[in-house]
Amino acid sequence: MTELTYREALRQTLRSELLRDEDVMLMGEEIGVFEGSYKITAGLLEEFGPRRVRDTPIAEEGFTGAAIGAAMLGLRPVVEIMTINFSLLALDQIVNHAAKIHGMFGGQMSVPMVIRTPGGGGQQLGASHSQNIELYYAFVPGLKVVAPSTPADARALLLAAIKDDDPVLFLENLALYNTKGDVPDDLPAATIGKAKVTRPGRDLTLIGYSRMAVVALEVAEELAESDGLDIEVIDLCSLRPLDRETVVESVKKTHAAVMLEDDWLTYGIGAEVAATISDGAFDYLDAPVRRVAMAEVPLPYSKPLESAALPSRQDVVNAIRATLAAVGHRTSEGTR
Amino acid sequence: MSGTTRSSTPTRRRTKATGTKASVETPPTETPPGENQPSEVERERAQRFYRQMLFIRRFEERAQRAYTQALIGGYCHLNLGEEAAIAGLMDELRPEDYLFTNYREHGYALARGIDPNAVMAELFGRVDGVSKGWGGSMHMFDVSHRLLGGYGIVGGQLPIATGAALALQYKGADEIVMCTMGDGTVAIGAFHESLNLASLWDLPIVFVIINNGLGMGTPVAHSSALPDLYRRGDAYRIESARVDGMNPDIVASATATAVDVARGGRPYLLEVVTERLKGHSVVDPAKYRSGDEAARLKGVDPVRAYAQHLTAIGVHDAESIAQLDAEVLREVDAVAAFAAASEFPDTSTLFDYTYASPVPNDSRRLPGDALYPAAPIVGGAA
Repeated sequence: MTELTYREALRQTLRSELLRDEDVMLMGEEIGVFEGSYKITAGLLEEFGPRRVRDTPIAEEGFTGAAIGAAMLGLRPVVEIMTINFSLLALDQIVNHAAKIHGMFGGQMSVPMVIRTPGGGGQQLGASHSQNIELYYAFVPGLKVVAPSTPADARALLLAAIKDDDPVLFLENLALYNTKGDVPDDLPAATIGKAKVTRPGRDLTLIGYSRMAVVALEVAEELAESDGLDIEVIDLCSLRPLDRETVVESVKKTHAAVMLEDDWLTYGIGAEVAATISDGAFDYLDAPVRRVAMAEVPLPYSKPLESAALPSRQDVVNAIRATLAAVGHRTSEGTR
Repeated sequence: MSGTTRSSTPTRRRTKATGTKASVETPPTETPPGENQPSEVERERAQRFYRQMLFIRRFEERAQRAYTQALIGGYCHLNLGEEAAIAGLMDELRPEDYLFTNYREHGYALARGIDPNAVMAELFGRVDGVSKGWGGSMHMFDVSHRLLGGYGIVGGQLPIATGAALALQYKGADEIVMCTMGDGTVAIGAFHESLNLASLWDLPIVFVIINNGLGMGTPVAHSSALPDLYRRGDAYRIESARVDGMNPDIVASATATAVDVARGGRPYLLEVVTERLKGHSVVDPAKYRSGDEAARLKGVDPVRAYAQHLTAIGVHDAESIAQLDAEVLREVDAVAAFAAASEFPDTSTLFDYTYASPVPNDSRRLPGDALYPAAPIVGGAA
């Protein structure tokens, strides 16, 4: 067991995979000489050379598509797209090609590639650099989308993504890179398509992924301390496929759910989760499913505006209390 | 408009290229018998080319008929007018080389040696199709013949083909990639990004622009600020040439140069000037073409021109040409009969190809299915 940052867990996993399999290679802007915009690939060019760790020009469509072709011929490219905002430049290659090649050609060739890219907001980067648009990819059959929230999950899911024969969009988060956690030295690959109950509880199901899975766990612990609440927390881990069963089974037990997400509310990941609960646990629900998401605006630069648009811990606490009030559950602040 | 190469690369090779439309209208059929008698190898190749061109012609005409009979759905883009280009290009590839094309690719699939039954069955959406009925006209794919796709999105195949060439270089393989596209493709970003990557990384790839003068209904001069499309190679330090695409011998000769360059570890850009004898797709009556243009096209036919050439040099005569045509027509009839008799894919296979690696919680719901299996109603919340 070693305590690592999320960043270091990713870096070490990339390194161990480069050592394990000669077909694994990295591609992306500034990943070599610059060592990665967020230093995930620090030291890897020096250790593995430019054949395995390939700096690309600023050409997301070109190098993402090149990774598809390389994957078809047997390589296992791991592409870094500097932030998920820039993945839109590669949308044609990801959606029209990576996701389609196995199915559209009758299963003759697979595309074993990974696209690593961070989402995130709250860094005062302005509207075009602060989006959480993983939904665009989670919408598409043929892609797999994973979103680890801890250093251990980052390692386990990256191992799984690289070994997987399908294109995997691996969602990171700018706000998670410096977070720390224990990573078992012999951690096996995770199973893509499975959610995790990260805290068992009986009073309410709190669901999140990526950064919001961390927030969910922290708020649940705080409310256990302050209000004596017993909240169950689910980290979705995988957005496509979506593990509906884990969510539904939890809500059957708790009878209430709040979904946390850093993307926009309307049509967001939480809408799908709410529909899942409605379909799978309608008869068990004691209150409407509530969703806490980003305000539906292009995220502003100025700090007070930016903070107002992003979901805060207090927003989460308020949503939990309001939901429990609707259930009829008394909290320390009383029923609202 | 010059037909010679205009590469900025100092070590360029000159290609015997006659690229003007005027030369296209005057196919090289005037060699009198007895002069420049072809060698046995040349005769064999000429016969192979002609048979292939004729087969593509008759196959495509048959596909056109099947489309109007509603046996083929979707879009259906034919290679009518591109037979010589296809024959010349494909002849210079080794079986182990890789080919990526756009959506006008039936002829390429045939020329790569894929079973015509499987090509026609794909058009018919049948289980015996090259892509098992999943792709259709625009998405032919055959791993064993290294045709890695027909791609329906203009320019989509370029980055992928570039990456395939990267994988070959990565593995130290001797194979190359050929990636074909239409003239309209040069305006899209993927074209520029791919040529830049291929040159930066010294990749073994031949990019081929099939310039038939029209992107759907838009003339090249209206879509490309530089209508000499091959000269776009200059911007990426890629050797390039323009060649007459109406004669397979000329195309093959230019392709040989291009393939040599690629096998030597550099990309190449080859512009092949052809004609599109019909509309953009089967359903397009091409009303945007002027009366003069339509009249001119009546005099243009690479298959007929090559037949005249082969007759002139004594490789064929009128009788053998007629015999061959009858034979090919019989074969194409059999191909269409095979496709019509092939089964449609079973709908139980609908979810078989979404993913290559099995994954839990993969959605296998049909339209109208409940999102989540209905829980037994237990009479309200517990």
